[in-house]
Amino acid sequence: MEALLFYLFASLTLICGLLVVANPLTRNPVTSAMFLVLTIVSMAGLFVLLHAFFLAAVQVMVYAGAVIVLFLFVIMLLDIKSVEQKGFNPLSLFMGLLGLLAVGGMVIQSILRSNVGQGLKPQLEGATKELGVELFTHYVLAFEIMGVLLLVGMMGVILLSKKDLK
Amino acid sequence: MIPDFLNDPSHWGHFLFWSAFKVMMAFAIIMPMVAYSVMLERRVSAAIQDRIGPNRVGPFGILQPMADGLKAILKEDFTPSHVRRIYFILAPAISMIPAFLTVAVIPFGSKLGNQNMVIANLNVGILYTFSIVSLGVYGIVLAGYASNSKYPFLGGIRASAQMISYEIAMGMAAVPVFMLVGDLNLGKVIAYQADGAWLVFKQPIAFVIFLVSAFAETNRLPFDMPESETELVSGYNTEYSSMKFALFFMGEYAAMISVSALMVTLFFGGWTLPFMGLNETATSLAGGILHILIFLIKIAFFMILFVWIRWMLPRFRYDQLMDLGWKRFLPLALANIIITAVILWIGHL
Repeated sequence: MEALLFYLFASLTLICGLLVVANPLTRNPVTSAMFLVLTIVSMAGLFVLLHAFFLAAVQVMVYAGAVIVLFLFVIMLLDIKSVEQKGFNPLSLFMGLLGLLAVGGMVIQSILRSNVGQGLKPQLEGATKELGVELFTHYVLAFEIMGVLLLVGMMGVILLSKKDLK
Repeated sequence: MIPDFLNDPSHWGHFLFWSAFKVMMAFAIIMPMVAYSVMLERRVSAAIQDRIGPNRVGPFGILQPMADGLKAILKEDFTPSHVRRIYFILAPAISMIPAFLTVAVIPFGSKLGNQNMVIANLNVGILYTFSIVSLGVYGIVLAGYASNSKYPFLGGIRASAQMISYEIAMGMAAVPVFMLVGDLNLGKVIAYQADGAWLVFKQPIAFVIFLVSAFAETNRLPFDMPESETELVSGYNTEYSSMKFALFFMGEYAAMISVSALMVTLFFGGWTLPFMGLNETATSLAGGILHILIFLIKIAFFMILFVWIRWMLPRFRYDQLMDLGWKRFLPLALANIIITAVILWIGHL
């Protein structure tokens, strides 16, 4: 039963993920964003199968519930057609490859370093208290760096949107 | 005559049957509640405006919801030619489903026989609720986008900004509740309140923020900016007719019921009452049914409040709405979290 569900959610994640970037039927950015929602929800399904309920709920709440709604908001407000007509750009290909290498390297590294097939460490399963303790002891540096990154991003947005109020 | 697996918790059919049964029961209770909330809305608004209201169908008009439903089904389901068809069809369903999914983790009674009256006893119950509530915005945003005309579009844009803003205030307002309880499971929240006082007395500020945010989340007056019929014709559902419109309409009331159920659970003790031993888990069938009735009556109280306020207050301006969410409620909710943390810390010393 669990294996069946795993294959269901994993294939849904991959198919919807593919349709986000390479939909053969339409280039409508709203459709891409909606497939991204489906990808994220199926990934939350995978988290549930790992008994990481907290992660699954937060995944849906933050990404599907807020981030992609903002994507939609921006897509609907911007004039996307002018972007669509732009041709091939070698710089963007280079940047894309660079990003692929960096993220791919990170993913492969972490797969090699973990014990695949062992499931999560028991203290990361389900309960929020253990997760909090781990975050503020073992992973405190990464956690704080992420906090600073988010703060910088937020300040950047405020600065950009206030630029004419000198 | 009763098959064995219904009483044997280790049998796989036990879980399947009772879960399906509880889902059906919750659905069968909520749908009529939605219908009669509309009826309530019409009668209360009539009373407030010194009219009589619908009283022709059946004695005292109690069959009015049937007539409304029949009318919605029989009307022509017109699809304008300029719409984006797939999203146009999907949007009403997407706005209806999250409201029902929320109910899955809310304990609506203590025990009936040996069954706990909650569909899924999740240990991250409240996070599940918030994540599903946050999906509710898609129905409205997609309706605005799919209609492909200006008023629905403005309604959709407003909805996306408004619902994200108030989700944050709502989530932050609920945090102190869980700091006090020490658990995210909604059953534990009720148990905590049954042992002591209802959380509305311990966290009044959190409750007020949560209540007002609930109005904004369900797009009810004074915060019905996405619909706002004096400015945007009818907002996001302008292009909809017949059953598709009825789905939006029912989705709004279902969302009100589920958010009322959430408020009852978080702040008003859920299915418990602090006297006559009603705080204890029921031991008899009658006691179990009584607990479910108590829960429904508390929800009905909030539904009356929702309706009452709609006909009492004028609509906010959009900038006032955003100011209230971001500049008043969010700092207040954060301060409330810190104050609660300090009090808990002093208590531990």
